[in-house]
Amino acid sequence: MDLQSARMIGAGLAVIALAGVGTGIGAIFSSLVSSIARNPAARGQVFGLGMVGFALTEAVALYALLIAFLILFV
Amino acid sequence: MAVAETSPLHQFTVESLVPIHVGTFNLSFSNSALFMVIAVALITAFLVLSTRGARLVPTRWQSLAELSYEFVAGMVRENVGHEGRPYFPFVFSIFMFVLFGNLISLIPGSFAFTAHIVVTFALALTVFIAVTLVGFIRHGFHFLSFFVPRGMPALMVPLMVPIEILSYLFRPISLSVRLFANMMAGHTMLLVFAGFILSLGVFGVLPLAIDVALILFEVLVAVLQAYVFAILTCLYFQDAIHLH
Repeated sequence: MDLQSARMIGAGLAVIALAGVGTGIGAIFSSLVSSIARNPAARGQVFGLGMVGFALTEAVALYALLIAFLILFV
Repeated sequence: MAVAETSPLHQFTVESLVPIHVGTFNLSFSNSALFMVIAVALITAFLVLSTRGARLVPTRWQSLAELSYEFVAGMVRENVGHEGRPYFPFVFSIFMFVLFGNLISLIPGSFAFTAHIVVTFALALTVFIAVTLVGFIRHGFHFLSFFVPRGMPALMVPLMVPIEILSYLFRPISLSVRLFANMMAGHTMLLVFAGFILSLGVFGVLPLAIDVALILFEVLVAVLQAYVFAILTCLYFQDAIHLH
């Protein structure tokens, strides 16, 4: 197997981790929506915290994507 | 690492515009430095010109400048409390620099200086050193009690303290990689889809539509990543000042 094919396979395997991140982000927003639905007055505080949680979880997605790019292009 | 011209990573290559060599150091003024200067100039122009002749009932631009100030001031007040006021200029500078850097990079033909790990790591390392110094200056060696969370059974201390220390030392890495990977992945994705537009002929409309949606998403990500960088800085200051 030549290097370029191995790189492509490696990059494909590396992004399997995004499945877990997708679940996590869905969980964050599902709890955000239900907490706003229960108590619309708390929207201001809860929304900020939800955005921080989303960004922190997405960071994990980007660590995986970073490894995929490193495998593919470096 | 020479990247091929056709690679989507070619957009991130740093080129020297004004070569300046001092001894063995290459201090050239690069395109990255140019866009950092542009970002700072824009921030300064925005803030200074908007608040010139400040009126009690603000004009539109003055409202925007006051909005950005109040946004970061509220963030610092909420997360760090009253003792965090001395650190507000630091958080505000970081927030505006990252925000303008991220937004400027979306203009076609410009350069994303926040998409370089060395830039984001420099910012994150500055935050980390500042927070650690503040913690030690305020609390002396008592700052090390931060690594023993409140209400932990004494049996677990030898296990948890190394884990806590490790997760504390991981902060500059996660802070920098989060911003760097978001920016690099976003811009690379835009370029990868753009590469498909011409090669698909008539069906090139689809990657074009995806690119339009992606740029909208990238504006959101630019603002969100600046906000997350700033709010994590505030949270780290809160940890250092209030310990537990």
